[in-house]
Amino acid sequence: MGTRQFNVLPGFNLALGYTLAYLSLVVLIPLGAVFLKSATLSLEEFWAVVSAPRVVATYKISFGLSLLAATINACFGLLLAWALVRYSFPGKKIVDALVDLPFALPTAVAGIALTALYAGNGWLGQYLEPLGIKVAFSPLGILVALIFIGLPFVVRTVQPILEDLEVELEEAAASLGAHRWQIFRLVILPVLLPALLTGFALAFARAVGEYGSVIFIAGNLPFVSEITPLMIITKLEQYDYAGATAIAVVMLVLSFILLLVINLLQAWATPLQQNGRKS
Amino acid sequence: MFLHHLSQKGKGPRGNLLKGLLVLGLLASGAARADVTLLNVSYDVSRELYKEINPAFVAHWEKRYPEKLTINQSHGGSSKQAGAVIGGLEADVITMNQAPDIDILVERGGLVAADWRQKFPHDAAPYTTVSIFLVRKGNPKGIKDWSDLAKPGVSVIVPNPKTSGNGRYTWLGAWGYALQQYKGDEAKAKEFVGKLFANVPVLDGGGRGATTTFTQRGVGDVLVTFENEAVLIDKEVGGDQFDVVYPSSTIEAAAPVAVVDAVADKRGTKDAARAYLNFLFSPEGQEIIARHNFRPRDPAVQKKYEARFPLIRTFTVEGALGGWAKVQKAHFADGGLYDQIAAKR
Repeated sequence: MGTRQFNVLPGFNLALGYTLAYLSLVVLIPLGAVFLKSATLSLEEFWAVVSAPRVVATYKISFGLSLLAATINACFGLLLAWALVRYSFPGKKIVDALVDLPFALPTAVAGIALTALYAGNGWLGQYLEPLGIKVAFSPLGILVALIFIGLPFVVRTVQPILEDLEVELEEAAASLGAHRWQIFRLVILPVLLPALLTGFALAFARAVGEYGSVIFIAGNLPFVSEITPLMIITKLEQYDYAGATAIAVVMLVLSFILLLVINLLQAWATPLQQNGRKS
Repeated sequence: MFLHHLSQKGKGPRGNLLKGLLVLGLLASGAARADVTLLNVSYDVSRELYKEINPAFVAHWEKRYPEKLTINQSHGGSSKQAGAVIGGLEADVITMNQAPDIDILVERGGLVAADWRQKFPHDAAPYTTVSIFLVRKGNPKGIKDWSDLAKPGVSVIVPNPKTSGNGRYTWLGAWGYALQQYKGDEAKAKEFVGKLFANVPVLDGGGRGATTTFTQRGVGDVLVTFENEAVLIDKEVGGDQFDVVYPSSTIEAAAPVAVVDAVADKRGTKDAARAYLNFLFSPEGQEIIARHNFRPRDPAVQKKYEARFPLIRTFTVEGALGGWAKVQKAHFADGGLYDQIAAKR
């Protein structure tokens, strides 16, 4: 891509200053305010709030289900992107546009639609519930909502890379005697992996913070289907602003660590990509 | 004060200092000459009520005063709305469904006078409602009283007591009923309320959410909610799908109102704000209130609409449960009774 020595845009200082100022204004100052507000609690109070059993149960649900939803989206989002790039079929442009809908739809609308669909008297729920599969008002419902809102992230990050990937590479591999699985694992996947991880990270980050759609379908039972953002809202409604920010700080730190790990994984995957291209 | 001077303006100009101030004030308020606006910050399901109250009051006001009055409304979850006012939303009046949401404005920043309950009749609550049951047509589970809600196999829909006034009143209704049944034995009352809440499959954030879950999603055998909401569903949403059930005794929820003194003083709207809230207690206001299925305070209006509001034994937070401050601390604070019962599920 670009070179390291030559800068197209002049004025490194100006650009860096602008970047820092912008980032501070938009991201760092609001987050700093969260940390400051939570600092009004003593250390014991802070710990008591964030380690309450009911709150801990929500971390497991929020982070566990978000990771699961992002994993599922990584698999099926890749499949979707593959179908959109490699095949042509009638209505492809429409399917392509549909992928972005979860971006545009107000999350509350998504939540209500999914709940109506999966409730015991809904179109899908009426067939699933007799089979003992309860989707709406259960953790499974949360997973469905999180998959819905996270899907576009994986598709949209993987798609451009797939478009750049030359079919000739696969043909060459095939002519050298590689099986389909070998081609996928050794030729395609290394190139896609960084983008796939980015999509995964974005879908995960989006899912962890999601409130609007989940709240309608979750059922919100303590220890069963409460998400961490609901705990924050609950504290806010009780005018416990410091307690709410304490939980927010824990979420921020956990999310930051997880995103950092994913970034490190990406850094580890990127040289693989270059090797893959060279060979 | 501001308004009185406005109303005298036509009678004969005497160039005094106040008039000069008045002109300055008008200039500061921009182009809207001699207009008054009030912002009423209210809870979620009072929307329909104030849609009718506001034009009635404006007509009433404009008969007496020359200036044009506009009333703006803001609705949302009760505690969230109070939070917005604390955060700087310039409400001239607040009309809530539970006293703690006004008390918090006294506590945080002294926006409302501490003696707000004494500023209007009936502890500043122009109407009340009661927590009752809505069951599916024909009442297949035979639900007649609170004790039936705690039986195994009954599914009860209630909004989250931590985030909703409606849910809080339901919790306290069950608690007060149990205290009566067990002659004040709190351990037994706790066990009873625990059993009842173990029958709750979904906890919605607010009253309207619970209504949707019960009516549209078909979840639950019984919805516990305010009388005005239950009657509205029965009449408007239900067709012929639901029955209203009155328990043997229940909690009375008074809807308190207050002038936000700090804002009204600053904006010079105190007279209009006070008159607006007084209008709620007038026969005309009470009539509109009764039509919206809230229980009016005015005896004459009560008599006129008595068929709508069955007589029922009620108790209040102040009378039976020791007041809101105590209830908040014992039941809903972190680690309180609600949390203890939730932890046992």
